[in-house]
Amino acid sequence: MSNYLLSLLTWVPVLCGVVLLIVRDRRPDLLRWITLLTAIAMFVVNISMWPMMDHANPGLQFVEHLSWGGPIHTAYALGVDGIAYAMTLLVTFGTMLVVAGSWGSISYKLHQYMACIMIMEGLMIGCFSATDALLFYVFFEGMLIPMFLLIGVWGGPRRIYAALKFFIYTFCGSILLLVSLIYLYTKAGTFDIRALAALPLSMTEQTWLFFAFLVAFAIKIPMVPVHTWLPDAHVEAPTGASVDLAMIMLKIGGYGMVRFMLPIAPDASAEYAWLIIVLSLVAVVYIGYVALVQEDMKRVMAYSSVAHMGFVTLGIFVAVALVHEGGSADTALLGMQGAMVQMLSHGFISGAMFTCVGMLYDRLHTRMIKDYGGVMNVMPWFGFFYVLFAMANSGLPGTSGFVGEFMVILASFAVSPWVALFAAITLVTGAAYTLWMVKRVLWGEIGNAHVAAMKDINLREAAVLAAFAGAVMVAGVWPRPFIDLMDASVSQLVHQIASPKI
Amino acid sequence: MELSTSILLTIALAPLAGCFLAGFLGRVIGRAGAHTVTILGVAASCGLSFYVLYQLVLGGAAVYNHNVYTWLDVGQISLSVGFLVDRLTAMMMVVVTLVSLLVHVYTIGYMADDDGYQRFFSYISLFTFSMLMLVMSNNFMQLFFGWEAVGLVSYLLIGFWARRPTATFASLKAFLINRVGDFGFVLGVAAVLYFLGSLDYATVFAAAPSLAGKTLAISQNVHWDAATVIAVLLFIGAMGKSAQVPLHVWLPDSMEGPTPISALIHAATMVTAGIFMVARMSPIYELSPAALSFVMVIGATGALFTGLIGIVQNDIKRVVAYSTLSQLGYMTVALGVSAYAGAVFHLMTHAFFKALLFLGAGSVIIAMHHEQDMRYMGGLRKYMPVTWITMWVGALALCGVPFFAGFYSKDSIIEAVGESHRWGAGYAYFCVMAGVFVTALYTFRQMYLTFHGKERFTVAAHHGHGAHDDHGHHAPGVLAHPPKESPWVVTLPLVLLAIPSLAVGYFTIGPVLFGDWFGGAIHVEEGGNVLAELGREFHGSLAMALHGFTQLPFFLVLAAFAITTYIYLFKPALAGRIKKAFLPLYTLLDRKYWVDEVYYAVFAKGGVALGRLFAKRGDGKLIDGALVNGSAGLVRRTAAGMRQLQSGYLYHYAFAMIFGLVLLLGGYWLFGR
Amino acid sequence: MITLSHYIVLGAVLFCIAVAGLFINRKNVIVLLMAIELMLLAVNTNFVAFSRFLGDVSGQVFVFFILTVAAAESAIGLAILVLLFRNRSTINIAEIDSMKG
Repeated sequence: MSNYLLSLLTWVPVLCGVVLLIVRDRRPDLLRWITLLTAIAMFVVNISMWPMMDHANPGLQFVEHLSWGGPIHTAYALGVDGIAYAMTLLVTFGTMLVVAGSWGSISYKLHQYMACIMIMEGLMIGCFSATDALLFYVFFEGMLIPMFLLIGVWGGPRRIYAALKFFIYTFCGSILLLVSLIYLYTKAGTFDIRALAALPLSMTEQTWLFFAFLVAFAIKIPMVPVHTWLPDAHVEAPTGASVDLAMIMLKIGGYGMVRFMLPIAPDASAEYAWLIIVLSLVAVVYIGYVALVQEDMKRVMAYSSVAHMGFVTLGIFVAVALVHEGGSADTALLGMQGAMVQMLSHGFISGAMFTCVGMLYDRLHTRMIKDYGGVMNVMPWFGFFYVLFAMANSGLPGTSGFVGEFMVILASFAVSPWVALFAAITLVTGAAYTLWMVKRVLWGEIGNAHVAAMKDINLREAAVLAAFAGAVMVAGVWPRPFIDLMDASVSQLVHQIASPKI
Repeated sequence: MELSTSILLTIALAPLAGCFLAGFLGRVIGRAGAHTVTILGVAASCGLSFYVLYQLVLGGAAVYNHNVYTWLDVGQISLSVGFLVDRLTAMMMVVVTLVSLLVHVYTIGYMADDDGYQRFFSYISLFTFSMLMLVMSNNFMQLFFGWEAVGLVSYLLIGFWARRPTATFASLKAFLINRVGDFGFVLGVAAVLYFLGSLDYATVFAAAPSLAGKTLAISQNVHWDAATVIAVLLFIGAMGKSAQVPLHVWLPDSMEGPTPISALIHAATMVTAGIFMVARMSPIYELSPAALSFVMVIGATGALFTGLIGIVQNDIKRVVAYSTLSQLGYMTVALGVSAYAGAVFHLMTHAFFKALLFLGAGSVIIAMHHEQDMRYMGGLRKYMPVTWITMWVGALALCGVPFFAGFYSKDSIIEAVGESHRWGAGYAYFCVMAGVFVTALYTFRQMYLTFHGKERFTVAAHHGHGAHDDHGHHAPGVLAHPPKESPWVVTLPLVLLAIPSLAVGYFTIGPVLFGDWFGGAIHVEEGGNVLAELGREFHGSLAMALHGFTQLPFFLVLAAFAITTYIYLFKPALAGRIKKAFLPLYTLLDRKYWVDEVYYAVFAKGGVALGRLFAKRGDGKLIDGALVNGSAGLVRRTAAGMRQLQSGYLYHYAFAMIFGLVLLLGGYWLFGR
Repeated sequence: MITLSHYIVLGAVLFCIAVAGLFINRKNVIVLLMAIELMLLAVNTNFVAFSRFLGDVSGQVFVFFILTVAAAESAIGLAILVLLFRNRSTINIAEIDSMKG
């Protein structure tokens, strides 16, 4: 039974989405409940897999393999290791809260909206658990469609521009991914990711593949300078899509790096680690300043996402650089783990922050910071959560935001004190843009009559935020379970990049 | 005998429990419930802290150093949450919980009319928890947790009255400047891990001697001494938290918060976290005389120059705030001359008398209906005798009059600086000595302006609904009621703080400073141990106090006393004339050396301008304009050219087909064979 | 003696006439359809000729297919033409350029 759990997680949400499309929205409340219950069920199934995970095993678990047959050697192959499992958790957890969070804020074509959310959940789980590169690619591309629709149909005034920009931007990257995968197929004769990772490749081949993967995943993460689709997409996207996007979809970029880039092109990765480190630092410092002056809350958070995802790439490539330079393996491990934890943590925090912004938007239908002010006076419970998440976003110890950043900064000092220095600037800039926003939104006198009329969050909204808060706090106060979960896989990954192919 | 883990956990978590109860169930349990649970929590933790101190000092308990749980494990690197409780920790725990307890009680009176009553209790209990986590930590990670958590609570409390724009501004400023310090601190922690391979105190301190000779490559040719780098980076953290020059600007602004927290956080405990941290890290600091000189110079500069600003302040709380900055400077100087015990000793005495001064100021503020300007006070002594007397105790302790607590700690620091031969000690000696005069000057000025002389306020005709919180409804200096002594919940803490301010130095200086009180907690290299030098001349507290009457610091205090008495009791007009005569100097001090303005222009405005530049030019023009929409534009322009070929006439297409066919076949015929 | 080349030349001539008809004609869509028919005829001629000379019947089978398709095509083409005339009141080629980019 446990062998089909991943397929279950992948296809039940898709099925749910299809059913939603068929039943249409005659009874919206029933529809919401069905969706929510499905999402909760998926989360329960997913989390119940945790005890079944063998923490000592770095390899794939819950493996499913079904050959398609036919001339191309590809298979319907699913399986998760520690890292992928952690990411699927993020998906099911996030979708559950997205569904609960967009309860009343969507009324136009509700069934299609919910269907998009659910189908996307299935595709994202498929993406994280695919062990066949072609299958991965199909899911990777497939999830662009629901997201494209979410932005394009339920988005803001410039939704068409944003949706197109999002789609074309990410699609440009994935084309290169497809080309590299096809090249690898011609060499290996299979799309099995582990086989591809074991493929001996020359330095030239690795370099080409490295840059192809880089473009694909850098856009997805997104790294500077290919990040500009994100603010536009976020600003126009409805809340649920924003949460999905920030919380989960960006992680696929980081996940792709550790799943494809490092194992397939370890030597090229080591060779160009400096490039990624520099770009990541640019993301941290430069984007920090850009975020400071944004006037739209979602743009602030979008830029903040770019800066925080910079820590993911920084951590990964600090580890690569350390391994390459023969530095301490433990420190490399620290950097890599830091990157993984940062992915989870950013998922929780950005999801929470976008949900918060969505709740404000539901009440006042504006996301501009200047339209708010003194919200704390009318919405104290909301303010409590908002401050909590803002603090987590600024990396306060005790919240998850601290763990990853701290680990990455610690590790990057071993590469060079300068890397650590620039990375640590986030302590100041991160706090500056987040708390300045908080100051203008929450504190002060009540900004205007509209704000004065705002109602505090209801029980459902409080439950959603409390779930986020729980995740943020647990991962901050006791990150060990998450680290242990991913430890074996991360160790193996570090070992993999330590063994050159040429 | 070993301390029990459950006792230590209770000490740390009891205030947290109080915080949760008061914070989340504030509406349910009501005001009385909120202050009851939080006071019970802190009282439990205070009582147990005393018990722990007793066990360590008299009960012969061994130093406690154990992990509670593993925070994370990566390879060989293991980060834990745990407690290190030795006498240094125990002393800090007692100071923190005791002051916190008294402030809790005091708050009942001070915040009686405030809407955010439960929230306030929740915050100060959270603060107590955070501060305890900071001092009880046995590793850098947890230290940093406490370090940031107290910063968070400080942020929340400075901005407690969130409707005031100045308060929210001050809270943001405090948090960000602290973050600048933390930026250095995190790098310091990273350097510790890099060089010593662990973040656990015991391991790090044991391995610290191996730092000698190690260097950190800053560039190809520049190598810095590892110990100095670590020490200076960690101290940058302390500069933020303990408000050392040039990161001191947040502390005066933090007076926007309610007075109880000014006493608790911004005088007695949180701001001394940096001092505590450096004392705790003494094994590392001892390796680097250069870093210690840096610490000393920074501290000395703060001790004198921030004190000078205090002379020209009119806000009763700001005087005390600048005095705090100056006293923190003294502690830092003590650290810089390796007199760690002296710094911690001054930390303790300062905690009592400065909390007393703040709470006294708060009591005055209550009486004055939230008027804080001393120009509208005067002659309050007959209205509020308890506040008057206790504040004088605090003031004398602050000035360092012999027998008072402040005398023992401050005089020891001055003596220690005099004994030191470290680079910069001469400058530091001058600063701390001049600082004594300055301290006495602003302290006596404050006391005279507040309690003595003519009444400079008037009481308005009585009207029906006068309440404490209707400040701002009157012109400055016009009160709704005559001032009266504050209720017992306010005066009791004052009295209880006055006692240690008076006596704690007399009874503890011997063991703490010159005995082996701290044992292994503080490490001082032979040769630089100035306190040991002093200890040879120490013949008991009484002798020291009597000797103190013949020393320069006492004469400086006397001189200041004479000057202020003359000016503020007998010739009040003279102050204004002096101000006119030294207008440039006055302006310099009144504008606080323009540090705030410069920082605001450079960092706040500059940061935003830089952000705008990046957003407009970088993201807007370069990336989005040139690259993204540029490539889209390229496609559009190419397509615009190509569409000219699409005439829409069938015969053109057919011709193109045939022409292409001919071309292909012809090409094949010519070259293909 | 009529050889294969005669037939091929005939096919080529027919084809060229058809091509010329396509290009030179600027007036009438019906002429275009006729030209296309002529092209198919040229191809058919070649099929039959090769079939005869190579002794393979399948060429003539193809011819039947092509004839059928050509008939169907002209039927559809004429139907389109009728619709076109109804909508635009013209079958003048110069006026039909809605494919213009």
